[in-house]
Amino acid sequence: MTTYQLSVNGRGHSVDADPDTPLLYVLRNDLQLNGAKFGCGLGQCGACTVLVGGEAVLSCLMPVAAVGARKVRTVEGLGTADAPGRLQQAFIAEQAAQCGYCIAGMIMRAEALLARKPSPTDAEIRRHMAPNLCRCGTHMRILRAVKRAAGSPEGKA
Amino acid sequence: MSAAPSSPARRRILAAGSLTLAFSMVPAWGQGGKGGKAKLPGSLDKAPMLDAWIRIDAGGRVTVYTGKAELGQGIKTALLQVAAEELQLAPARLSLVTADTALTPDEGYTAGSHSMQDSGTALRHACAQARDVLAEMTAQRFGVPAASLALREGVFAAPDGRRANYGELLAGKQLHLRASPASAPRLPAAHTVAGKSLARVDIPAKVTGGRAYVQDLRLPGMVHGRVVRPPSPGARLLSLDVQAVARLPGVLKVVRDGRFLAVIADGEYRAVKAAAALAQAARWQMPAEFPGGAGNAALVAAQPTAQPETILERGALPAGPMLRASYTRPFQLHGSIGPSCAVAQLVQGRYTVWTHSQGVFPLRAALAELLGTDKEQIRCIHTEGSGCYGHNAADDVAADAALLARALPGRPVRVQWMREDEHGWEPFGPPMRAEVQGALGPDGRIAAWQYAVWSAPHNARPGKAGNLLAATHLEKPFAPPPAKPIPQPEGGGDRNAIPYYVLPNARVVHHFQPQAILRTSAVRSLGAYCNVFAIESFMDELAASGRIDPVAFRLRHLDDPRAIEVVRTAAARFGWDAWRRPDPRHGRRGRGFAFARYKNLAAYCALALEVEVALDTGWVRIVRAVAAVDCGEVVNPDGVRNQIEGGIIQSASWTLLEKVRFDDSQVLTRDWGAYPILRFGQVPDRIEVHLLDRPGQPFLGTGEAAQGPAAGAIANAVFDACGLRLRDLPLDRASVRGRA
Repeated sequence: MTTYQLSVNGRGHSVDADPDTPLLYVLRNDLQLNGAKFGCGLGQCGACTVLVGGEAVLSCLMPVAAVGARKVRTVEGLGTADAPGRLQQAFIAEQAAQCGYCIAGMIMRAEALLARKPSPTDAEIRRHMAPNLCRCGTHMRILRAVKRAAGSPEGKA
Repeated sequence: MSAAPSSPARRRILAAGSLTLAFSMVPAWGQGGKGGKAKLPGSLDKAPMLDAWIRIDAGGRVTVYTGKAELGQGIKTALLQVAAEELQLAPARLSLVTADTALTPDEGYTAGSHSMQDSGTALRHACAQARDVLAEMTAQRFGVPAASLALREGVFAAPDGRRANYGELLAGKQLHLRASPASAPRLPAAHTVAGKSLARVDIPAKVTGGRAYVQDLRLPGMVHGRVVRPPSPGARLLSLDVQAVARLPGVLKVVRDGRFLAVIADGEYRAVKAAAALAQAARWQMPAEFPGGAGNAALVAAQPTAQPETILERGALPAGPMLRASYTRPFQLHGSIGPSCAVAQLVQGRYTVWTHSQGVFPLRAALAELLGTDKEQIRCIHTEGSGCYGHNAADDVAADAALLARALPGRPVRVQWMREDEHGWEPFGPPMRAEVQGALGPDGRIAAWQYAVWSAPHNARPGKAGNLLAATHLEKPFAPPPAKPIPQPEGGGDRNAIPYYVLPNARVVHHFQPQAILRTSAVRSLGAYCNVFAIESFMDELAASGRIDPVAFRLRHLDDPRAIEVVRTAAARFGWDAWRRPDPRHGRRGRGFAFARYKNLAAYCALALEVEVALDTGWVRIVRAVAAVDCGEVVNPDGVRNQIEGGIIQSASWTLLEKVRFDDSQVLTRDWGAYPILRFGQVPDRIEVHLLDRPGQPFLGTGEAAQGPAAGAIANAVFDACGLRLRDLPLDRASVRGRA
């Protein structure tokens, strides 16, 4: 085991882990954060998406040793059920979930987009969200929620 | 509330203990309830005591109970609305306990779009009866007629201003009363909570990283298990060297029982690595047992078939030429995004299992047989998982966790399947083949209809240990019990095999196949998906043969006014009659229509949609879809829309992309690369769902209404776009490219 210093959602953490442990397992088990989900462990579904240094990253593939000094952000860092962040608020307003297992990953991928491009077009959102899978078929609502968070009038329809 | 003496009701109250009341019940209560023999509404019939459904503590806190489980379909919210409406309490003031063998009624499985019919109906009547008993108690206390009481937020007010709330009326006692066959739910016109789009109660936690899933359970001392499955169903274990694995960091136990191999470690990723090492340490022999690479039809033909059963025989089939076509479906996955997961713990001979099973009570029975213990020694607690869409690996992973808990008593053991486990070992949706023949009469109506469907079982749910994957791999294995067809009117492989159309001369035959080459069970909508795909495709083929508009053709064969209304609504809102083919320079566009009434007795769904076919790539995309749905009385309109939108998209994914592939010994589609599902780039521009609400009519369920119609409408739209009639699912790029 090696000790790693991680900055997650603005707080510093000291974590003992085997170096090859994917960031996902450290977030879920050592830091007890539920947001990032195990979906495939293969980088194919996006359920584990978090921000590392502001970029959307598949945390099931990134070894904890590779995070370095970059700041990690998970869905817990955007807000709480009582004080949801703008994307969380938009997903609630659009009721953009069924089982919801993919949603934290969806929100983090959308967060990366909106940070870079505050008013994306519909086509840009679809392209950007393509790595993330939803099996319940909640896609239309997810797209509306992202547009709503971006302040697009279409999202509020 | 007018009064009529009803001594059975009064006896019931007296039986409740010290709640001695001299009152009379509403007249409806006295009807047909002799000795409780009349059928009670919904699941009340199975669990007739009111306090099985509703309990009120001395502080007035109300808890309602359901044997159904949240699967992501929003059932918790809808059930809370039903209870809140009858009790006249804000939904936020109610607690809801879902499927738990220690706490809730046994409502079997959460499946078949039955939850609102079964549990919604039970809760509506239980809460209405509880409310009326409490009203009578208040009336007696104040010496006023019950009808003079006003009820608001759980507080009764007499005309003179005296008040009594639920908590003080019961003072900690419960309504341990047998439900009555009749009760007086609030009239739909007066509804303030039911029928409105209440925001889902579970969504805030899900979007903020709250503890929402069984995957998120972290119990003190919890350890992590992983199972190493054989490489193929028939694989034989030749040798295994466990020593190297047992020495890996963090490994607490290596379990070997026959072909059931597993590791338990102190950390999750350590368990993952140890499982990989254990897989490397095993030598297997794989027999060639499957018709590798067989197409859908050949695959179905290779499976044994039981005696055919004629499920419809009407009129006489006239002689003469018939149009003929056959349609097929491959093995398909539930494909949950989160692989199945469970936590189990054995403490002093008693097991607790946290599971996302659709049926905690049947699972408990199967586990008891597997573990050789009494079912009273096992508690199964439903804890939400990733959406399952039917009988996926939820029960199997619960068995894995229970076996590992037995191997390491005292410690909670969490087992989560890996992606390749879920893709390779969940029970698949069975392959099917439908053969249709039909002929039009001179009047442009269907003069003859002949239909035969072949399908492997759609139900291998537990109840028996042999239905649990691990149990079949043990040194002393449990054999899967023989599969039985699900009888009509619901049906399994023959679900929706009987068209909902008026057909004077028709014959429908079900060929049940007791055993598929791979394990199969219920995937959302069961056989309805393929049967509606086949029937609705063939309806268009017949309509085209007579040059008749597909919507007009369907209307010509419908006599149920509710069916007619959904068909007309979907067509009108889509703009069917005014539709013109857009300029083909932007891709080939076509429109398609389909209709079904799920199980021929549940929700009505009609769907019109427009697709775009890219002939060079073979890529098909729904551009827009318009659905009209009648699911009886609507409790949560937005919840119904969410289910229908999701059903259309999920079915589009099945229909355009999905097929389990295998060679002569093993499943090859072990990840999302080999078994792709719909991504954002292929989802429609727009989906509209129009609800035809029927206040006061029975709940009909919605979770499975759209899947069949979506498949039929897509196939019809592809044909309309490019003249290619595709009859073998999936209608994937390879089937379209270069053929149209």
